[in-house]
Amino acid sequence: MTEDHQNHDEREAVVEGVGKAQASRRRFLQVLGAATATAATSQADAAPWEDFFQQHYKRLTDDEKRQIFARLEAQVQDKYGVAVRISDPKPIDGVEFAYALNLQACVGCRRCEYACAQENNTSRSPELHYIRVLQMDKGSLDVERSNTTYEGAVPTAEHYYQPVQCHQCRDAPCVRACPVNATWAEPDGIVVVDYNWCIGCRYCEAACPYFARRFNYEEPTVRPSEINPDQGYLSNRLRPRGVMEKCTYCLHRTRKGLMPACLEACPTGSRKFGNLLDPNSEVRQVIETKRVYILHEDAGTNPRFYYYFG
Amino acid sequence: MRDGYAFVRASLGAVMHGSSAYYRWLAFLGVWMLLGCAAATYQFANGLGVSNLTDQVPWGVYIANFSFLVGLAAASVLVVIPAYVYRDAALYDISLLGELLAVAAMVMSLLFIVVDLGHPELFWHLVPSLGILNFPQSMLAWDVVVINGYLFINAYVVSYLLFSKYRGRVPDKRWYMPVLLLGVVWAVGIHTIPAFLYASLGGRPFWHSAVLAPRFLASAFVSGPSLLIIVLTVVRDQMHFPVRDEALQRLRQIVGVAAVLNLFLTVSEIFVEIYPGTSHSASMRYILVGLHGHNLLVPYIWTGIALSVFAAVVFLARPLYSRPKLLLAACAGAVIGVWIEKGMGLVIPGFIPTSLGEIVEYSPSFIEFCVSAGIWAIGAFLYTLMLKVAVPIELGTLRLPGVSHERVGLHPLRGAA
Ligand code: SF4
Ligand code: SF4
Repeated sequence: MTEDHQNHDEREAVVEGVGKAQASRRRFLQVLGAATATAATSQADAAPWEDFFQQHYKRLTDDEKRQIFARLEAQVQDKYGVAVRISDPKPIDGVEFAYALNLQACVGCRRCEYACAQENNTSRSPELHYIRVLQMDKGSLDVERSNTTYEGAVPTAEHYYQPVQCHQCRDAPCVRACPVNATWAEPDGIVVVDYNWCIGCRYCEAACPYFARRFNYEEPTVRPSEINPDQGYLSNRLRPRGVMEKCTYCLHRTRKGLMPACLEACPTGSRKFGNLLDPNSEVRQVIETKRVYILHEDAGTNPRFYYYFG
Repeated sequence: MRDGYAFVRASLGAVMHGSSAYYRWLAFLGVWMLLGCAAATYQFANGLGVSNLTDQVPWGVYIANFSFLVGLAAASVLVVIPAYVYRDAALYDISLLGELLAVAAMVMSLLFIVVDLGHPELFWHLVPSLGILNFPQSMLAWDVVVINGYLFINAYVVSYLLFSKYRGRVPDKRWYMPVLLLGVVWAVGIHTIPAFLYASLGGRPFWHSAVLAPRFLASAFVSGPSLLIIVLTVVRDQMHFPVRDEALQRLRQIVGVAAVLNLFLTVSEIFVEIYPGTSHSASMRYILVGLHGHNLLVPYIWTGIALSVFAAVVFLARPLYSRPKLLLAACAGAVIGVWIEKGMGLVIPGFIPTSLGEIVEYSPSFIEFCVSAGIWAIGAFLYTLMLKVAVPIELGTLRLPGVSHERVGLHPLRGAA
């Protein structure tokens, strides 16, 4: 199947049940958008309206996507004076991503947490991090007794460390919760958010059993010099205020064959990432040969994130 | 058509004229409405960062009020069922006031959802076809459907009844009975779906309980009729609307039973959570006694429980409830008690501790307080205006010119009075 075809099928799948009104609705919105755009005096004035009328990601044609990416790039240029590239790498057939994390090796240095923030352009003030590293008491697997604000030299003799981020659940409560389908699981298993479609109700955040979702209560701020210009539309592009965001296993990297930023930053090799469907992948080897467990298994989320010892 | 125009004009006339107490009341609400609008504008311009919400506690006083208000709408179904299904004449006389209360409650709960959104201007994403409504997967989508539906049902029924009576006609059952009965069925949804919004979240042990929906129902049956008793007393004294004592007593019986049931369900929940002492009981311990020194809401919840117990005792003991002042106090206590328990008392502990064990407390910011007060003022304002139109029509003093000022349809079940 060509990429275009696949795209098209996906789009069809979304509008299923919505009926044939799609074409006319799109035309309606376009006319409305165009009318307001011409009413506005300059291109810059028109942008808010185009933002406002933008359709759901899965309803956009490739042409519309190109225009939107260009508009978003121009907005960043305007605001930060930085040239960024917004791309949209597609999920690859036959790939399902999964993560495995070695609890025996992790030392709690939080390098993954900060590398993630840099890679994903998350707000520095207020500080917003996707990864939480829990300091766990030895002798307990109960995360509710953990400490997330530990300081000082690590590791200590009494503790072990457990980083937690989005588990890219197979039965994701967040996806089910979202009233407008602004968040969904891609075919390669990555749960994404369309930041222009999210209405900011935070029901997904209430639903997530891993405290993995983050809301931009305030305008996210990143210093221009620190902006990562290599951006994915569904992952690390700069977010607006009032929307939800989360870890995407760095899909703008991993779909191109690179490793997630957190893995690359880890000095202990505790993090293993790869294609679950490939019998030779490291992550698959870990799951098959090590003692593996799942956090909050009772929540029924079937995550694509595994902890192991060894 | 012309009648419709006259109806609108007459309604406008009715709300424009009133006693000085009426104007003072509207002015009082107006001040709060202005304050609320200013606060909401400020929040819209600056984002939800002006609230005290966090990633740890993403829902606060807005969603708390929302949960309470959907329950308040029970004032409607609890008078409609006895009035129309069991032909209780005393409640029939006042059923319209109950339905209007539901209209006001639905408007307020929708407003509370809107102000809670990070992007309220994008609400069109919820409109099917234009946007995407994730129905039936998302419980929030269900809520949007049931609340809008209930608003429409009640608004339609009262508009039709009032318009007919205004024209001096006996309302035609075929035009309102089917919708009214749909409303009775719909009421089941309106009181359980909001509970499922919480109970469906498997990752939040505090909410993930089968008894939550029955608790919602029981507490709604307390708060709705209790508030209605207060309203009826005011309407009787201020607007000379003939409210029979039987109506008040019937409502008092309903809230008496519901209050006991509500307390019983609450106690069962507390027992099941606390006695085994599993780690899932942390939220319950947080709200009742505090957790690791965090106890911001403890005095708050105990105030609510005390008020609920006080109300239940008064509702059930004849020497107490036969004193009108005490009955009113009990009603107020019951409403506030449920507001505490089904509001912040339910929403906040669900997030404490988080699923990773963090404890971050929450209390509303000044802006959140003003916005909430503003929405309450809007609801009270709306309800007052609606009463101002409905009461004279029910009394027969507001009629289409040329139509006899006879009271129409106060007892249509036994023919016009
Ligand atoms: S971990 Fe949370 S955010 Fe990630 S897929 Fe699961 S429920 Fe959704
Ligand atoms: S916050 Fe956004 S992504 Fe989350 S449920 Fe609401 S609309 Fe969906």
